Amino acid sequence: MRQRMADLSTFWNARSRPQQWVMLIPVVAFLFALPVLNPPIITTEPATDFPIALFSAAVLALIAIGLNVVIGQAGLLDLGYVGFFAIGAYSAALLSSPDSVLGIRLSWIAIVPIAMVATMISGVILGTPTLRLRGDYLAIVTLGFGEIVRLLADNVEPLRGNRGFQDIARPGGTYPDGSPIFAQTDALGFYWLAVTIIIIVLMFMGNLERSRVGRAWIAVREDEDAAELTGVPTYKFKIWAFAIGAAVGGLSGTLFAAQVGYVNNQRFDVTTSILYLAAVVLGGSGNKVGVIVGAFLVSYIPDRFQFEPQYRFLVFGLALIILMAFRPQGLLGMRQHLLTYGRQAYARLFGAGTAVAPSGMTPSTRPAGDMPEVTPDDHAGTSPRGGGE
Amino acid sequence: MPDAPGERVISVLDLAALDPAALAPLVVHAEPWINFDVGLLVDRFWANTINGLAYGSVYALIALGYTLVYGVLQLINFAHSEIFVIGVFGVYLTFVALGFEPGAIPNLPLAAIILDLVLAGLVAMAVAGLAAIGLERVAYRPLRRRNAPRLAFLITAIGASFVIQQVIRIWRGSNPEGTIRLLPPSPVFSIFGAPVTNLQIVIILASIAMFVVTDRFVNGSRLGRGIRAVAQDPATATLMGVNRERVITITFLVGGVLAGVAALFYLMTIPQGAVYNGGFLLGIKAFTAAVLGGIGNLRGALLGGLILGVAENYGQSLFGGDWRDVVAFVLLVLVLMFRPTGILGESLARSRA
Repeated sequence: MRQRMADLSTFWNARSRPQQWVMLIPVVAFLFALPVLNPPIITTEPATDFPIALFSAAVLALIAIGLNVVIGQAGLLDLGYVGFFAIGAYSAALLSSPDSVLGIRLSWIAIVPIAMVATMISGVILGTPTLRLRGDYLAIVTLGFGEIVRLLADNVEPLRGNRGFQDIARPGGTYPDGSPIFAQTDALGFYWLAVTIIIIVLMFMGNLERSRVGRAWIAVREDEDAAELTGVPTYKFKIWAFAIGAAVGGLSGTLFAAQVGYVNNQRFDVTTSILYLAAVVLGGSGNKVGVIVGAFLVSYIPDRFQFEPQYRFLVFGLALIILMAFRPQGLLGMRQHLLTYGRQAYARLFGAGTAVAPSGMTPSTRPAGDMPEVTPDDHAGTSPRGGGE
Repeated sequence: MPDAPGERVISVLDLAALDPAALAPLVVHAEPWINFDVGLLVDRFWANTINGLAYGSVYALIALGYTLVYGVLQLINFAHSEIFVIGVFGVYLTFVALGFEPGAIPNLPLAAIILDLVLAGLVAMAVAGLAAIGLERVAYRPLRRRNAPRLAFLITAIGASFVIQQVIRIWRGSNPEGTIRLLPPSPVFSIFGAPVTNLQIVIILASIAMFVVTDRFVNGSRLGRGIRAVAQDPATATLMGVNRERVITITFLVGGVLAGVAALFYLMTIPQGAVYNGGFLLGIKAFTAAVLGGIGNLRGALLGGLILGVAENYGQSLFGGDWRDVVAFVLLVLVLMFRPTGILGESLARSRA
């Protein structure tokens, strides 16, 4: 199994970017068609409406992608991520619900950038004092932040506590027969929207990872002191990770608020934050595909197998412990972009005449003999230090 | 207040014709969601201080557990709050086993009540101590064997906290247990007009006694020297013949036992507090207390706990009851911003032999 995954990864990394795009088209088409196909064994019906189950999985996937920037890329443990999700949802509510004190009704598409900027600012506000701290202090401060956001939603009168906000704006648009695409009862349109947003965010994140910012994050994650000494402004890039992660959290909050159409203070407790963490760690923090798989499992399995909600948290708590003990890198380990890239550069310099050979994840897949004595660090993907950092 | 102009406007209108949404702002003004009531703060200053010291003693006892484990392993033991909850249930179930019914105030001689309380406290100490050792064995030791990164420890701790919480919830349900109050509070004397109850005296004195015992144990005994040695330099301590694994076990045991004592005092103060997630807030506050005083520093944990307990009460008077927890969290962030090593500094390792 692991060998097959490694082969797949080798194959994938060896393709050029356009080739990868072409190969992804059927996958994306399948994802879009999934709720319409409603395949018999995979479906969650009759217990849960299948498009709604898929939509919640997609929202969790978007959250996991955002949280992955903070945990997986930059190695900062954020336990208050639900706070950003809440800020996104409440921004949507305040800017469009008739219950809001602002008394305005913006369209959803106008709300999204405002909410993202608002969460980004809150991320910077939270990050500025706390990102100077050691990693484990950061965990507890973010936990406190998540609680503060929830308590504010409870206590601050204009946020309406338990009563919440009704009738939050949805994106417009109708099918040819006149029924709305985006409705509370029919999550099909929202699912497509969520998948589209995920694809856009993934493209953005991919570019970010390959840029200077992404390299700086990996450097901070692997060894912050060494990164600082080699001239990486670690503090600045940590704040960037926080802000970008927060913005994605806010985006998912607006998406959620639009579909449900109602926001109150009941969904933003710390256990939800831990569930997000479980999604990221389960799939493999640092691996974009991994966290999507993790989020899908965390959201889909309870819907599909209908186990009691109370066992849900128990199961995912156990999963965290077991994963950390036996497979800290998660189901799909971290993709070593930087190392892959470095290895290719290395092969180009020292490779024995052949065109840039795709280098495998394990020594056994590499053609014997054409590597010099000094081998680059090849175990990074499989070492116990792999995913946890 | 029939003369208030706002009231008069409403009274001439037909209330039924008004949209509830239009009425909402009027209702809101009747009860502000945040106060800034300096008068109340001054009025209740002494009562708040005494009550805060009693609360703070409970925080301090839990904070000692965080501080000890942090000093030895550099690990925030997130699951410590659940060890405390196990202690709370130990106390509660002992009460039930002794034949006390929820709701009724027992009519027993004082000596019998004290005996029952001591018994419940001992059970809680034993249960919580054993649970702490078990947690260390099951969750953390395998990671230490593999030399796992710190983030893995932290995530395991969160997972363990979650699992214990959910197991208790599935076992006992999500509603709080009934109220069993063995020793109703009654004022004994007063300081500047603020009554001091028998409960508060017992809790403050007993907590300080527990603290002194712990402090003597860590700073004076042979085992305590081992703890400090491992905190200072695990590798060297191991080379000098300190059994690191045993020291870690003892550290968790001491932290668990103190959490058990805290559980008894907590349930004496808040008899309705036996609930599966009751540890979360208390745990994060105790951690705040530990950081406030300087994590890894025993005296810091005591000082931090007392300060936090008092500050929270002042905040509650100043801003209103809903803001109590916010005060604690904001205090945590402020401390970490301006003095991340706490008031007394981090020094389990550096305290003199």
